[in-house]
Amino acid sequence: MTQQQQTAGGDVRLAGISKTYGSFTAVQPLDLTVPQGSFFALLGASGCGKTTTLRMIAGLEEATTGTVFLGGKDITDLPPYKRPVNTVFQSYALFPHLDITENVAFGLRRRGIKSVKKQVDDMLELVQLGDFAHRKPHQLSGGQQQRVAVARALINHPQVLLLDEPLGALDLKLRRQMQLELKRIQTEVGITFVHVTHDQEEAMTMADTVAVMNGGRVEQLGAPADLYENPRTTFVANFLGTSNLIEGEIVSTGGDLVVAAGGGKLTLPRERCSAPTTSGGRLLLGIRPEKISLAHADDADDIAAGRNRVTGRITDSSFIGVSTQYVVESPAGTALQVYEQNIERDTRLLPGAEVVLHWNPAHTFGLDAAQDIDAGATSVEDAE
Amino acid sequence: MPVLHWIRRNLIVIAGLLTLAYMILPNIVVMVFSFNKPNGRFNYEWQRFSLDAWKDPCGVADLCGSLSLSLQIAFWATLGATVLGTMVAFALVRYRFRARGAISSLIFLPMAMPEVVMAASLLTLFLNMGAQLGFWTVLIAHIMFCLSFVVTAVKARVMSMDPKLEEAARDLYAGPVQTFVRVTLPIAAPGIAAGAMLAFALSFDDFIITNFNAGSTVTFPMFVWGSAQRGTPVQINVIGTAMFIIAVMVVLVGQVIASRRKNNAQS
Amino acid sequence: MSLTEAPPAPPSQPEEPQRPKLRKPSTRKRLVPYWLLLPGILWLLVFFALPLVYQASTSVQTGSLEQGFEVTWHFQTYVDALRDYYPQFIRSLLYAGTATILCLLLGYPLAYLIAFKAGRWRNLVLVLVIAPFFTSFLIRTLAWKTILADGGAVVDVLNTLHVLDVTSWLGWTESNRVLATPMAVVCGLTYNFLPFMILPLYTSLERIDGRLHEAAGDLYATPATTFRKVTLPLSMPGVVSGTLLTFIPASGDYVNAELLGSTDTKMVGSVIQSQFLRVLDYPTAAALSFILMAVVLLAVTFYIRRSGTEDLV
Repeated sequence: MTQQQQTAGGDVRLAGISKTYGSFTAVQPLDLTVPQGSFFALLGASGCGKTTTLRMIAGLEEATTGTVFLGGKDITDLPPYKRPVNTVFQSYALFPHLDITENVAFGLRRRGIKSVKKQVDDMLELVQLGDFAHRKPHQLSGGQQQRVAVARALINHPQVLLLDEPLGALDLKLRRQMQLELKRIQTEVGITFVHVTHDQEEAMTMADTVAVMNGGRVEQLGAPADLYENPRTTFVANFLGTSNLIEGEIVSTGGDLVVAAGGGKLTLPRERCSAPTTSGGRLLLGIRPEKISLAHADDADDIAAGRNRVTGRITDSSFIGVSTQYVVESPAGTALQVYEQNIERDTRLLPGAEVVLHWNPAHTFGLDAAQDIDAGATSVEDAE
Repeated sequence: MPVLHWIRRNLIVIAGLLTLAYMILPNIVVMVFSFNKPNGRFNYEWQRFSLDAWKDPCGVADLCGSLSLSLQIAFWATLGATVLGTMVAFALVRYRFRARGAISSLIFLPMAMPEVVMAASLLTLFLNMGAQLGFWTVLIAHIMFCLSFVVTAVKARVMSMDPKLEEAARDLYAGPVQTFVRVTLPIAAPGIAAGAMLAFALSFDDFIITNFNAGSTVTFPMFVWGSAQRGTPVQINVIGTAMFIIAVMVVLVGQVIASRRKNNAQS
Repeated sequence: MSLTEAPPAPPSQPEEPQRPKLRKPSTRKRLVPYWLLLPGILWLLVFFALPLVYQASTSVQTGSLEQGFEVTWHFQTYVDALRDYYPQFIRSLLYAGTATILCLLLGYPLAYLIAFKAGRWRNLVLVLVIAPFFTSFLIRTLAWKTILADGGAVVDVLNTLHVLDVTSWLGWTESNRVLATPMAVVCGLTYNFLPFMILPLYTSLERIDGRLHEAAGDLYATPATTFRKVTLPLSMPGVVSGTLLTFIPASGDYVNAELLGSTDTKMVGSVIQSQFLRVLDYPTAAALSFILMAVVLLAVTFYIRRSGTEDLV
């Protein structure tokens, strides 16, 4: 493990950085620190400003305001070829007129290094492409091209490696494989990776820290599990996985919060609520579909006390192997999602069946009701 | 009837081959008549076989001089038009600037103008300026009408080129000059080469504009034109045939090299 | 790895006061396109646009070579030029138009053949289409004198088939010869500009996805219907640019008319050339050339509008 001790020495720090094109603001003034050696993901739908942010770090885009620091040094006005930062481009941008060796050696040669063979060979070995050294880029498959792009950037030992949707062009299976591969390489070389992606699953699998971007701002930043369990905005709750959001009114603030919603009462821990908690205030209650258990209405009496309950009727169910996904209509919400593990399937749980949804109150989170309840809910593919 | 059926099924192929024959026929005639020994001054009727002209291709006064002049003009016109045209093409594809529409029209118009109009108006300019007609006026004219064709050819190539490649080069420590020499130029090269070849062919073969602006200078096409009036020496057929053969050889050799390189790369 | 537990400060609390330092692209950078354009555009302005201005001015001058010419706004020159030379004008447009249509009819099958039927012969056929270019077109045009010569094989065959009887009745040829008739000129024009028709046609046909033919066949289209409803519409850009590249140069050409025609087949290019270089009546030559330019530009503009292909430029 070459993972270095966390020091401020190699951090990327963005201070008040922004980008406007004419009257359009791509990135709002933004402050962000990427600690040295971390795998950092910028996650968001297309047009959210994540790629522009990355390009400002690379120097390919001039920041309208603000400063880019690398290891405490102001690099804002340095052209890209003077920054110790390299990029893996979306669709790779491999030079079509050079073979793989020359593509990988390109950066070394530009810095006047003569004997590149050993370094190139080692690097191709690292990305497992030793046999392809003399092919041209178009003779390689998408996954191989992607690894050449990584090798071409990494061979320069940049302080930061920037990855702009590097897996976007690959099919699903290869993408999963390359995610693990990239993670392995990052651990091996210990370089800071800044990864831009619109795929929330990819961001969560690979990154130590994820910054969710929306409309040119960072909505929330944190470790993947933390973001998933404690979203602070509806956008994050909907964009990262799926959330059931139920609107309600706070009726009691002694101890846990008690909220009246859909004709019943639901509780949640006070510390899991990111909204103001005054009695009588409105609140959005969030619960992830996999945290909910489903019981047939006939068995309602068997549910343990102290759990949050919502009654409803199944309107749709789809069997997807490891689990079954149900859509439930209830006074609390017209389309609540529930994922049940396929362990012991209750044959009565068919569309039309009356059911009770119940879950541990500790899994509930609270959001400010002043937000758009559907923010971030459109699927990524639609946003492309 | 099976024969009729076959003809109907292959109608397009038959029609296409007939057109091809129509296009090739004059070249064959030129080639055959380069071995002719005509009786009079004109080489239009077949008399008997002879290698005389092939043995002495420069045996006619001024013929090889005009050929060499045409080659020189074509070379410099190609160079000038290619450099200027490539610069314009890059500006048009890569940058936003004012008066874009007007500039595009200025590039397009020379191609949408009968040659005789450009020829006559350019001569008016030269006469008004009191310019001495000759090599330089012809060269100026050739660069002018080749320019638009180069721009079109290079533009097509640069447009299909991914700007990310240049970003990648800059990201990999190549400064502006290095980026241009190592990445931009090699990738744009086929378009530039196509434009240059087109310019060379257009310039070498141009008659109308040259005829107006050459004064007493005689290029190869002008020599042929003059000989059509005075008498056509067999040597022009020899030159024409030789050029045809050389060109076909160059193309074929290029093809073979390209396909061999492809095979090597795949093995 | 303690990174996950210590996320950096949330973005809502800037670590230091913002310094709104606005950056504008440097002047030098903004001038790059203008420097790139300057030499080429200057060249075209001075040697293409300016001459047209000079020519416009020449066309309204009067005077003589000895006493010099002066701008007198003598528009009568245009009227006189049209009155004296309208047959050559009409002939030019007629010949060029006929040659263009013939080029399309002859060129389309060959372009189609190269794009879809040639298989591994494709490159060879393409070379054969381009190769004639490398022999000076004047030499090749002179070869037609031999091919169409009186008493030659072509004339004999046409005579035997009584084709010449029909064409001479139509005024295209004489009853026993082809050379020095309109047909010879049109034949030469067609020959000379065929590659300019075939190459754009081929380029646009080649872009058509072969699966579209299969899809059309799958959707109950006969081969003829497939051609009419799929192939032809998709090749329209090639048809448009091909016809333009053929018609424009053909309308101003005088080489074919001079070499293969007679005094009765002179085109307007010949008149401009002889007025300019032999008669030295510059105003008339300039006026004729201006009328030709106007007619061609109007025709081209109208044609491009009609065909709705404005992305040619």
